[in-house]
Amino acid sequence: MKKCRRCSKSATLHITELRQGEATEIHLCETCAKDYLSQAEEVSAPDFDVQFDQLEEGEHPEVSGIDDRTCPNCGITFREFRTQGRLGCPHDYVEFESDLIPLIENIHGETQHCGKLPKRAPDSSRRQHQLIRLRSELKVAVEEENYESAARLRDEIHQVESKLQGNDSSEE
Amino acid sequence: MDLDSLTQSNSEWLRGTGPESDVVVSTRIRLARNLAQFPFNTRADEAARGQVADQVRECLGELPVPKVLNFVDVPSLDEISQQFLVERQLISRELAEGDGPRGVAFSSAEDVSIMVNEEDHLRLQVLRSGLALDECWEEINRLDDALEEELTFAFHEKYGYLTACPTNVGTGIRVSVMLHLPALVQTREIQKVFHSLQKINLAVRGLYGEGSQALGDFYQISNQYTLGLSETQVIDKVRSVIPRLLDYERRARTAMLKEKKEQLHDHIARASGILRSAQTISSEETMHLLSSVRLGVNLGLIDDVEISTLNELFIMTQPAHLQKLKRTELDSADRNKARAALIRNRLTGDLRD
Repeated sequence: MKKCRRCSKSATLHITELRQGEATEIHLCETCAKDYLSQAEEVSAPDFDVQFDQLEEGEHPEVSGIDDRTCPNCGITFREFRTQGRLGCPHDYVEFESDLIPLIENIHGETQHCGKLPKRAPDSSRRQHQLIRLRSELKVAVEEENYESAARLRDEIHQVESKLQGNDSSEE
Repeated sequence: MDLDSLTQSNSEWLRGTGPESDVVVSTRIRLARNLAQFPFNTRADEAARGQVADQVRECLGELPVPKVLNFVDVPSLDEISQQFLVERQLISRELAEGDGPRGVAFSSAEDVSIMVNEEDHLRLQVLRSGLALDECWEEINRLDDALEEELTFAFHEKYGYLTACPTNVGTGIRVSVMLHLPALVQTREIQKVFHSLQKINLAVRGLYGEGSQALGDFYQISNQYTLGLSETQVIDKVRSVIPRLLDYERRARTAMLKEKKEQLHDHIARASGILRSAQTISSEETMHLLSSVRLGVNLGLIDDVEISTLNELFIMTQPAHLQKLKRTELDSADRNKARAALIRNRLTGDLRD
């Protein structure tokens, strides 16, 4: 796990900043992230449309390399996606992931699904989501200083994690 | 399926009943889903779209859901029929105007529908009269489960249900509550309300969704975020603003009644008078006047017409509906005459054309 850029705690938030078309990743622990985000809020966050416009103006040569990348599955280029605002196939979310994450974060403020799961989701997906839920429960338990259930949750998380590691097919 | 028969029936969501129906017209939830093995529609050729439509069509009969969903092949419809389905909120403009194999399956009460090959392969929709968020969610969740038994949806552990546009990714859910807000429009408070909704990332749209005007003082409030919140969290977020909006609108109504009852009564009675006697009337004027009369009924100033009749007229007086009723194409001037006749007929029993 990455360390927080400001202190030595482990980083739980990974922020992708887009400045002048350049993406920088910042890893922070929760406390520092709160600080960081409240400062950043003063500069209003660019919304989805603005982001598209900025990218489209083509003022930023450093992103043009990304543009020509093509999804081997459906043949769409990132440039085409930017022009029409629609992706070509489900695999694009993997193929263009690094470029889509900042966009998705701008639109939704989050990048992790925590809604419904398909009934037929593979075990690994179910475990991943179980982890997400357990971690958020753990956070609440710690905040509420409910250390008994925090300890129990921690154990559960370890169990699920070890099951996931024992299963290499977890990545689809 | 005989679309003409629909002109004789009323969609469930127009009943004008249900909780808070003096302000809340209807509640709608939709889910965006894509079949995992096909490209999204922007990159899908005729053949792939055809296969998507076939797969959906084939499984409709097998679904363990209480309502029978009948499939309508949209390309085989003439333009008026396509527009007719748009006016009834069964399909979007995008689906009507699209190309290639596409369609819509819907229940006889028109409260459940599945658009096929719109922006996403599937757009499930459940509509209810009045404020009915939980009922809508229960029904659409069951329908989604049932479809999932038959079809494999594109899903990613991190990003959830994958959609053609990243604005819908995750839950793919859009929760919309349609409100009738004539008093807030008249008192010009409405912009303030919208501003505060936008601040908490809720969207405000007109009667026919994205980019449409707020005809007849109807507004749809809906969520923007689809990722990072569970479906019920999204629903609760939309739900949380409704009581305040109802309160604002009702207070504005009461204040209008108190401060200028005569003027208001006169305004509403005149609107009713025009609708009952006009010989030719535009769609825009109709929406405007119907909105006033609807407010009059809810304020108890008018008691000789049902809300459901007014709700129905909002839809029946739209261009494609008039042409369906007349069973012929009509130009704008003829539509205005047919519209006036229809309204007189519904409001006064006048049967002359």
